[in-house]
Amino acid sequence: MAEITLTNIVKNYGKLEVVHGINLDIAHNEFVVLVGPSGCGKSTTLRMIAGLEDITGGTVSIGDVVVNDLPPRKRNISMVFQNYALYPHMSVRENLGFGLKIAKQDEATIIKRVDEAADILGLDELMDRTPAELSGGQRQRVAMGRAIVRHPEAFLFDEPLSNLDAKLRVQMRTEIKKLHQKVKTTVVYVTHDQVEAMTLADRIVVMKDGYIEQVGTPMDVFNNPVNTFVASFIGSPPMNLLPATIKGKNIVFADDKSLPVPVRLTGLVRDGQEVVFGLRPDDLTPVGHGIAESGDGAKVTLDIVLSELLGTETILYTSIAGQEAQGKMFGPRIVAPGETLEFDVAMDKAHLFDAATGKSVRVE
Amino acid sequence: MATKRVPFWQREKYTPYLLLLPAFLILMFVVLLPLLFSLYTSFTGYRLIRPESLYDWVGLRNYRRIFTDGDFWSAFGRTILFLTIALNLEFLLGLGIALLINKITWGQRTLRTIMMFPMMFSPILVGYQFKFVFNDNIGILNNALYALGLSDGAIAWLVDKYLAMFAIIFAEVWMSTSVFAILLLAGLFAMPRDPLEAAKVDGCNSWQVFRHITLPFLMPFVFIAMTIRSLDVARAYDIVDVMTGGGPAGRTELLWTMIARTGYDNARMGQANAMAYVSILLSIAFTYYFFTKLLAARKYMGGAE
Ligand SMILES: Nc1ncnc2c1ncn2[C@@H]1O[C@H](COP(=O)(O)OP(=O)(O)OP(=O)(O)O)[C@@H](O)[C@H]1O
Ligand SMILES: [Mg+2]
Repeated sequence: MAEITLTNIVKNYGKLEVVHGINLDIAHNEFVVLVGPSGCGKSTTLRMIAGLEDITGGTVSIGDVVVNDLPPRKRNISMVFQNYALYPHMSVRENLGFGLKIAKQDEATIIKRVDEAADILGLDELMDRTPAELSGGQRQRVAMGRAIVRHPEAFLFDEPLSNLDAKLRVQMRTEIKKLHQKVKTTVVYVTHDQVEAMTLADRIVVMKDGYIEQVGTPMDVFNNPVNTFVASFIGSPPMNLLPATIKGKNIVFADDKSLPVPVRLTGLVRDGQEVVFGLRPDDLTPVGHGIAESGDGAKVTLDIVLSELLGTETILYTSIAGQEAQGKMFGPRIVAPGETLEFDVAMDKAHLFDAATGKSVRVE
Repeated sequence: MATKRVPFWQREKYTPYLLLLPAFLILMFVVLLPLLFSLYTSFTGYRLIRPESLYDWVGLRNYRRIFTDGDFWSAFGRTILFLTIALNLEFLLGLGIALLINKITWGQRTLRTIMMFPMMFSPILVGYQFKFVFNDNIGILNNALYALGLSDGAIAWLVDKYLAMFAIIFAEVWMSTSVFAILLLAGLFAMPRDPLEAAKVDGCNSWQVFRHITLPFLMPFVFIAMTIRSLDVARAYDIVDVMTGGGPAGRTELLWTMIARTGYDNARMGQANAMAYVSILLSIAFTYYFFTKLLAARKYMGGAE
């Protein structure tokens, strides 16, 4: 049980730098999720913490110890791999107990801890099978069991659920959450699925191209994205991002329609500034079909291009100033393409980003 | 209404058999008949120089004779010893080479090719080569030892019974270690990386990773190599015949050199065939043993990676 600190972590593969000086403090028992698109360096960062990848620059410390030069076995961490990485020639029981056996624990302790883990993960009936005789979800549970028997300082997960089907993934996600509540430990979890990140994390780390874009609680990252990348990456369907220009107190779109600058953002924009207007589909709702009435509201009339029924809500595709945009209809009724509806725009939830830098006007 | 009966070779249910017939006939003439014939001769006093002795049925006399023959049992034991030592050495060396080659990132292809050179030579030539290397007067080895001041006289490599055996095993190992190396290298290439990393995180040092993860994964490949090589070594003939001819005084005699001598030099084909059958049983025993091991080792390798 320990905190993990990354200071200016750099990783090169040959001449190619793939991680560019990352700083991150992970608190004791915190569940941190690294999220980002494919190839952004999440796995690389995780593997540097694990010791499976050399660290080109900077320091990693676990607890108070700088572990840069320690091999994985001296770091007292457990890792769950994307492909489970079970030992194919060992039974489930041996897989679970292997780490303890290597650590020369006595037989009684091994049996006790293995049974404990099997109990937590519901593996009791599978103990004598080999990995080849397990389903994907069961293998995943064994992989997690193998991680928890050792009572490590920290758990590292590298996309542990990406090989499972959608339903099982949701189920295992809940199990991981429960597991973390039972077995309080520091967790670093890598995924490219923003829903996983939102549901599991105490804190989310959004990465892109080897840089950290934003660190914060799920709510924070969702409500206050620092730039257009985070805004579009977190949340589903993604935030609408529409280019516009500030003219006085108005946000003017390409088709000369305009919306007032939100009250909380006045004073943060200059006249004539090129901006990107960001609005989540949840905040663009037909009148009478929103979640809550917005105090700082505005109304627009839009044509519906397409609607997607999801049951409790319907996604409405429309266009604003020639750009595709999505809205949501809660408590939906059937909407025909071509229909024209009046929408509430929750301006107090709207975002403005500088068009040139992509940064939110609130951080500049 | 009477339909004309179709001739049987045109009936559908016979077609597969009909199509298999040529292969079946060829196998019968080329393999089965000679096999049965030699089995028959092992019960006769057949001598190559007296064809009429082919009908000289002697029952189990040939078998009784070889089973009570000390020289036969020596050759039998020596063959097993030879096989055991050669296979184990080749396995260990091959494993070492495969592990080293697997580590290097540069020049791997070239090394792999070079490694196969010994396999490209005929065993007879390898035998002659090593006969020269180990020759006590003009041999390169003795000359080298002498020049380095490590020995002062001519060591009779191919005459002393232990040294001769050593020399033969050396030649055999030189020639065939690469079979192991190549098969094990293929195994290492096929090895998934994840379990290795999992083991490292689980607390293993390099030796433990090798011992608990790599080696079990390689075992099926080892047993494949063992099966192939045990068949090969059990019928070792050429190298031995060229290097020592089974001498000195029969001290490097293996089963097949003995069989060839009995059958062709002494022309006692009946007895030679009896020995050959014992030797084939030995080979089958080894193959069966390694194959069982292979199947056991392979069982868990399915599915999970
Ligand atoms: N062994 C390697 N040699 C060279 N480049 C590598 C190597 N491993 C990874 N990279 C590069 O480093 C970058 C980061 O890779 P990494 O595996 O960390 O991505 P990731 O964020 O985990 O992506 P994914 O979600 O697809 O797993 C990628 O651009 C990748 O091409
Ligand atoms: Mg990855």
